Amino acid sequence: MEITFYIAAIIAVVSTAMVITRLNAIHALLYLIVSLLAVALIFFLLGAPFAAALEVIIYAGAIMVLFVFVMMMLNLGEEAVAQENRWLTPSMWIGPGILSFVLLIELVYLLVAESSALSSTKMIPPQQVGITLFGPYLLAVELAAMLLLAGLVGAYHLGREEPEEES
Amino acid sequence: MLASIPTEHGLYLAAALFILGLIGVLVRRNLIFMLLSLEIMLNATGLAFIVAGARWGEAEGQIMFMLILTLAAAEAAVALALILLVYRRFGTLDADRLSRMRG
Repeated sequence: MEITFYIAAIIAVVSTAMVITRLNAIHALLYLIVSLLAVALIFFLLGAPFAAALEVIIYAGAIMVLFVFVMMMLNLGEEAVAQENRWLTPSMWIGPGILSFVLLIELVYLLVAESSALSSTKMIPPQQVGITLFGPYLLAVELAAMLLLAGLVGAYHLGREEPEEES
Repeated sequence: MLASIPTEHGLYLAAALFILGLIGVLVRRNLIFMLLSLEIMLNATGLAFIVAGARWGEAEGQIMFMLILTLAAAEAAVALALILLVYRRFGTLDADRLSRMRG
């Protein structure tokens, strides 16, 4: 049973690495959807089926469709691909890569020093999540609603066609 | 039925995904790819919350994941509208070329 977690984890890491190295935006988006699906499987394995469903529906469904729409509206050409190709030469990213690797080693060391294994993962049903969400966290739900409304109004205001300038 | 996955392995995965997203933000100069990398980092943070919630068997991890999901949706909508605006006004998505603009 544990082997599924590691397979999904490897898929998530490999597809995420493909996302940040692709030149074509649509290819990167497809890899990102694969990565999100792998993470959704991991949520299910960790006993969070509601979060897994939300990951597939909202992240892999709604937000990625938003990205596809914007990429179709932009219609980027060959020039952008050539420009990104110049930026992906090893001399540009080897320094930050080494620094990130050192940080990763430090983090792994800190986590190993305080080891705590799960004896058995407990399933958290959606009912318990809902009761908690609309009980102690009701104010957070209201704030999330206001955030979404602000995002809607802001996106509409920024994305509308420019009015004709008065000369 | 449920797997018993060590907590630190889930956190390793979340850290690896977060660092991949951070590398994406630092390396890529296309605004679309930088936004995709930001989504990767938000998703890795949500994974860390879910792992912590599973560790203690509490629902708070999923609550925090839902709040992160809401934040990601609002952020993606506003940032994509901004990208459309930038492309319409400057004709490019290159962050370097945009950094030279004045006023």
